[in-house]
Amino acid sequence: MPEGILCNKKTVDEKSQLDALLADKSGKQYYEEMNHLEVDSDALWAAIQKTCKSRIRTWLEICAHCGMCADSCFYYLANHKDPKQVPSYKIQSTLGELIRRKGKVDNAFMQMCMDTAYSKCSCCTRCGLYCPFGIDMGIMFGYLRGLLFSQGFVPWEMKIGTGMHRIFRAQMDITTEDWVETCEWMAEEYEEDWPGLTIPIDVQDADIIYTVNAREPKHYPEDLAEAAILFHVAGENWTVPSEGWEETSLAMFAGDWAACKMQVESVYAAMDRLKPKRMVVTECGHAYRATVIEGPYWAGLPSGQTPIESIHYVEWVAEALRTGKLKIDPAKKIKEPVTYQDSCNYIRNGGLADVAREIMGYIAEDFREMTPCREHNFCCGGGGGLNGIGRYRPERNIGLKVKRDQILATGAKLVVAPCHNCWDAIRDLEEVYKVGIRWSFLKPLLLNMIIVPDHLKPTEE
Amino acid sequence: MYDFVSGPLAWLSFIIFFVGIIYRIIWYVRGLDWQMDRVAYRPHRKYGIKGAARSIFYWLLPFGTRSWRYYPSFTIMVFVFHFGLLFSPLFLPAHNIMLEQAVGFGLPTISESAADVLTILVILAAVFIIMRRIALPEVRILTKPYDFLVLAIAVAPFITGFLAYHQVGNYRVMLTAHILCGEIMLVAIPFTKLSHFVLFFMSRAQLGMDYGIKRGGMKNAKGMTW
Ligand code: HEM
Ligand code: HEM
Ligand code: SF4
Ligand code: SF4
Ligand code: SF4
Repeated sequence: MPEGILCNKKTVDEKSQLDALLADKSGKQYYEEMNHLEVDSDALWAAIQKTCKSRIRTWLEICAHCGMCADSCFYYLANHKDPKQVPSYKIQSTLGELIRRKGKVDNAFMQMCMDTAYSKCSCCTRCGLYCPFGIDMGIMFGYLRGLLFSQGFVPWEMKIGTGMHRIFRAQMDITTEDWVETCEWMAEEYEEDWPGLTIPIDVQDADIIYTVNAREPKHYPEDLAEAAILFHVAGENWTVPSEGWEETSLAMFAGDWAACKMQVESVYAAMDRLKPKRMVVTECGHAYRATVIEGPYWAGLPSGQTPIESIHYVEWVAEALRTGKLKIDPAKKIKEPVTYQDSCNYIRNGGLADVAREIMGYIAEDFREMTPCREHNFCCGGGGGLNGIGRYRPERNIGLKVKRDQILATGAKLVVAPCHNCWDAIRDLEEVYKVGIRWSFLKPLLLNMIIVPDHLKPTEE
Repeated sequence: MYDFVSGPLAWLSFIIFFVGIIYRIIWYVRGLDWQMDRVAYRPHRKYGIKGAARSIFYWLLPFGTRSWRYYPSFTIMVFVFHFGLLFSPLFLPAHNIMLEQAVGFGLPTISESAADVLTILVILAAVFIIMRRIALPEVRILTKPYDFLVLAIAVAPFITGFLAYHQVGNYRVMLTAHILCGEIMLVAIPFTKLSHFVLFFMSRAQLGMDYGIKRGGMKNAKGMTW
């Protein structure tokens, strides 16, 4: 049996396929079918020849086998320095071997590659900073995931995620109506406390188009309200698009490049349609990475940039504080020791380390850096889609130890984590290891600290 | 035999070496693909050049990067090894005499004793690198016979050159062996991982451009802290 009913090389473009996958609890049948999935070696080798160019081939060839990347990887550290977790070993034994064998590999090999690419690498790209030749295993594992996806070797949740993007242009089953209703509902819900609060939908020529992570409308709609309140207080002329509001990309984690393109193009289309001045992306790391940093390349924009200027939420916050659009009540600054989780996706891979420090300067009295920090920070342990994959839960939980120890060493009990994956990972970290820490996005913290101008307060007060 | 090895074969190996590394550079640059690598090399050349220059510069500096500082003893060994590897053959009096005879000019030279010291340092550093390879589990798992072979190819000219210079054994045989080893190394550079001789610069430049153009370089004026 070369192809399974659920586990196969086909992409998920129909609602019926998606429902069938979702009905298969924790992917039992899916993974069983994967054991019989045939590898199309010719197609695999053809894809490698077409897409694996001098950059990756050189990386694989000139690796000095020196091991300087070993200690850079949090998985290596968390697993008692298991040599099998050395980044170079992980990539050479998977992608390297796949190329040496010219794609002539069997099912077991492909499953080993999948297990390695997901449960032993979060694509945090830290190792690339420690290799003298600039060999970036995170990039190569991302590439390997793409090859695995094309052959159907992808974790169940990721396959579902790609289907969601293909069908709903969001990582979850949220329709345009659901989204618009959530916006309206949140505006109504908070209007009493914030007279004049709206969530403007599809307004032309706004200064800011705000886009989110689908989890916000689905699971944390208050986040949307908080964003609205902060824009309201700052006096921004902003809008959300009714379509093209989703920034995240499980397709990026899964290596489904065609779905990546569809997803970001929906956002770029909203830019074209509404002609805002710039885009602000919610507090999410991989979403920003996907839509702002990588997206233009998937969409084939030669400038490598989004059609309009795009900034991460932390950039907007820093700017609002700097320009006085948002003012912090000095009495309400965070007094207790507090640390900041540098997200790989917008700090290491987005250059926003200073911006984060600027914000902490405004809101915290006792800010403690983690060691290492900034561009050199360790992954929280939940990157690359890891938080959402049941099959690799145990490995993910072991990986969290590095972040746990980094946080504990600061002495802070509060972690500011303006990234959904980091936020989740730190929540899970507390759940697993019970070290007594709290974690937060910026929005709720800011809401408690800002000075609200009198004319924005409810009148009956 | 000596005449052949020091004459036509030497020319041949130099030709293979130069053509080989030039080919590798061209192959590398032509294989860069803005959309596949996801780096807009052309439209942002200025950011790219800055990123590439920083990426190469800091990594050529001993202790210039976090990674070099993280492994101090290995870093010293790698720099000693590479310094000797590069400078002793280039500025060796004996080599430059031969060079002058062949092409009519030579490079400035270091003294014979300085050459001796460099040669010994290269050999010692190589011994250290071999021991480290065997001793550390994280390096051992990456090591294959190929790594020892490449290291042997790189160090053999130093051992044989040293022995020839100090007239250990039959001078004529030793010198012939030395030249042969030197030629093997030159020829091996384009075809093995020794190609990092040039590809180091290419690969570092690429990642530097990647960070300089796409991954934060335009937002962070200071550039990547390597
Ligand atoms: C075409 C290739 C080469 C030729 C014709 C050549 C020739 C020579 C000659 C004539 C000597 C002097 C021996 C003496 O003084 O009696 C020498 C020494 C030496 N050569 Fe070469 N060589 C070649 C390639 C290389 C290469 C590629 C390396 C290293 C990468 C190298 C490293 C050395 C060293 C280290 C010494 C001895 C220095 C000392 O201890 O003083 N040679 N070579
Ligand atoms: C200019 C930048 C260069 C850098 C940063 C660099 C870096 C390195 C590193 C990190 C190693 C690993 C040591 C080990 O094996 O454990 C190495 C090995 C080596 N390099 Fe370089 N290298 C450079 C240039 C060169 C050049 C120009 C040559 C020679 C012609 C060279 C020849 C070698 C050799 C022979 C080894 C040891 C064999 C091996 O293990 O691969 N390198 N280099
Ligand atoms: S640090 Fe770079 S060259 Fe050394 S083993 Fe790791 S990937 Fe290879
Ligand atoms: S990208 Fe991150 S997780 Fe993956 S091998 Fe490198 S350091 Fe480890
Ligand atoms: S989850 Fe956070 S820390 Fe981990 S890879 Fe993503 S951005 Fe980085």
